[in-house]
Amino acid sequence: MAEAASPATSPKPEAEKKASAGSGTFGRVAKYTIVRIITMSITVVIGLYLTIMIANMGGYVDNIRKAQIREEQNSRAANDPAMRRLPLAERQRLVEERIQLAEKRLGLDRPFPVRSLEFLRNAIVLDLGRAQNMTSSSGSTQVRLIILERLPPTLILFATADIFLFVMAIVIALALSRQYGSWFDKFMVALTPLSSAPGWFYGIFFILLFASVLHWLPFGGMVDSPPPPTRIGYFLSLLEHMALPVLSITFSQLFLNVFSWRTFFLIYSSEDYVDMARAKGLPDRDVNNKYILRPTLPTIITSFALLVIAMWLGAPILETIFNWPGLGRALYQAVTAFDTPVIIGSTVIFSYMLAITVFLLDIVYALVDPRVKIGDEGSR
Amino acid sequence: MLRNFKEIMRYPTAVAGVIIILLLIGVSIYTVIAIPYEKAVVLWRGNEADWYQNPKTAAPVWMNFFTKEDLPETLVLDTTDERVTSEVRETNNGRVITYTFPVEFDFDAFYDDISIYFKSTYEEKAPFVGLTWIDAVGEETRLGNFSIGRTYTYRMGQDRKLTAKLRGNTAEIGLFTDLKDVSKPIKGDYKLVMEIVSFDKSTETTAELVMYGKLAGWAGTDHRRRDLSIALLWGTPIALTFGLLAAFGTSVAQLIIAGVSTWFGGWIDQLIQRITEINLVIPFLPVLIMIGTFYSRSILVILSAVIVLSIFGSGIKTYRAVFMQVKESTYIEAAKTYGASNSRIIFNYMIPRLIPMLIPQLVVQIPAYVFLEASLAVLGLGDPTLPTWGKIIDESRSNQALFQGWYYWVLEPSALLMITALAFTVVGYALDRVFNPRLRGQ
Repeated sequence: MAEAASPATSPKPEAEKKASAGSGTFGRVAKYTIVRIITMSITVVIGLYLTIMIANMGGYVDNIRKAQIREEQNSRAANDPAMRRLPLAERQRLVEERIQLAEKRLGLDRPFPVRSLEFLRNAIVLDLGRAQNMTSSSGSTQVRLIILERLPPTLILFATADIFLFVMAIVIALALSRQYGSWFDKFMVALTPLSSAPGWFYGIFFILLFASVLHWLPFGGMVDSPPPPTRIGYFLSLLEHMALPVLSITFSQLFLNVFSWRTFFLIYSSEDYVDMARAKGLPDRDVNNKYILRPTLPTIITSFALLVIAMWLGAPILETIFNWPGLGRALYQAVTAFDTPVIIGSTVIFSYMLAITVFLLDIVYALVDPRVKIGDEGSR
Repeated sequence: MLRNFKEIMRYPTAVAGVIIILLLIGVSIYTVIAIPYEKAVVLWRGNEADWYQNPKTAAPVWMNFFTKEDLPETLVLDTTDERVTSEVRETNNGRVITYTFPVEFDFDAFYDDISIYFKSTYEEKAPFVGLTWIDAVGEETRLGNFSIGRTYTYRMGQDRKLTAKLRGNTAEIGLFTDLKDVSKPIKGDYKLVMEIVSFDKSTETTAELVMYGKLAGWAGTDHRRRDLSIALLWGTPIALTFGLLAAFGTSVAQLIIAGVSTWFGGWIDQLIQRITEINLVIPFLPVLIMIGTFYSRSILVILSAVIVLSIFGSGIKTYRAVFMQVKESTYIEAAKTYGASNSRIIFNYMIPRLIPMLIPQLVVQIPAYVFLEASLAVLGLGDPTLPTWGKIIDESRSNQALFQGWYYWVLEPSALLMITALAFTVVGYALDRVFNPRLRGQ
């Protein structure tokens, strides 16, 4: 973030070297990408391992699972007529034996460090085990299937919200930077403190207003029930249900971003080369796009990346508030049902999503930051 | 310091923010003294004995200012009340006491429910109670006859025979209308006549008539008849303490780590940088949810987890960038030359330089942690014993408050959260402008 603060040097070399960059650009971006993939993978593996360690700290979760096995075997023995006929001591011995066997089958008899590595391997290959209570809509208890089924709604919602927010914030910030000091500018800046509340919080207000009082929009969910038969109907229903969550996310994040991006634009538009461009008589549009927006993009993307990550982490609560059938709500349902494998599984997936987000934004950063594109000589 | 304070006072929003924060602190101190912790926890557990006089999901009393209709408040009359008149008639083996409960009804909406709570001491035979309702024009309705135990509750709304007698209307509606038009109650002075027949001289019977209103207290009540003011009041110190401790813990830890990282540089710096990257991949809220589900939902455990998970947060990068400049300053060079130790340089020379940056950051972060606590509560992972704002929101949601139109239940805790967040944010921004004047004007 801090390195991008010396913009004055970057646009000019970029313009000069554009022609010569040609073939080298692809190679550099590819090299950068590969290096990033490798470092990112190591980061993710360590992050996953830490998550697993937290999830299973001191074998606490294993104790829960052991207790479940014991309970299960006991009740099975109590319901088995053949077992009931055996003498008590014999029966207990058999039950103990079965418990041992079940624990061995699940690998609970091995020391924790060994098991944690096993968990790590399973998490990496997304072998997330079987849920205890929850099922996917096809009836499977595989955590992987449950989670994969919940992933698309989450992606749709957050991708829409992210794009909407990004475009809105850029457009408004640019507009404000051009009319610095106007009443609209002052008004937007005065609204900045509203960003201290998270999206779900505004969600409650919006549900109250638009669903409960005005009856314009639905309370929650993803589509009407039953879902509309036609594709267009389905899409419209989806839009209708998505309006409030997207609005909540945007409302909670917009003002702060507009404020900080407006500030970036103001800093960059007071540079000498912008005055120069204006003096040359370039149209406003070109000045905006090439001389103000372009050098600001890396900074903006960094700040947006952190925002997207923060939004991901708000998913469990936002989706719960809006009954959105996504990953976050799956986590909430798993918490309510105390479904250990699903809780750990969703946390692992969130970890992956964060890594992918960080990685994708890194690539975008590489594409827009001339210092990566044209190699090292431009950067220091 | 005084100069800084004066400068903050130049921002009117910041003044408002400071006043709100002081008010919140005042409320917190008052709450902790007036309702001791143990008492609040016991009250919030919601025992019937503590709250039976409250109606369920009743709006706060100030709702009457906003509605055209005058909504009834709860009326509680017991046999020792001076408004209740009594008449005693001795019989050969006991006595008959006739109580008259005056019910002055001057509202535009019906009561919510009517109950009578009896307590009686008797030796062999339980007393017998007969109830008669006299409406505004003097017409009498027999409500029912029953014998009572040592404690007995008569819930009029659940008396099927009475409902049938009132042509299918429950008591709180049927008794206040002429049964022809049941959409609006008729105003006037009603009376409940209660005849208690006891069968030995020593029997003492008390009865308490509770006409549950539609309004209760300044905060209203929830589905378990609990007064929301308890949780609204107690939520204040909890939210402030949690927000302040979490913000302080994380910012100071991040500042120190950034300082160490920059000063030593080399592999230590590299390592800390990598750890921050790994930390970015660990899903913060899901991990907190996991901790809340598996280990403990105690607010102290969550607070520690929040701090531990945030010490390698993104704040380190911001601080590090500034420390990089500080490290090159001449006074640090000087300190190095005269042989100051590493820890002396970090803690006495470098970190103090960033305190003007730290304080606004810390204040601005407080709302985030206040909301974090509320978020966990909304996910059902709030501290199991403490009444907090987030918990009210959670309970209102799980009881469909927004569907049912019980908006006060959601809006009260939300408004407090919002006010708290805005106050700290506004003050934080003003502090930032005062302490870091370079940024001013942009």
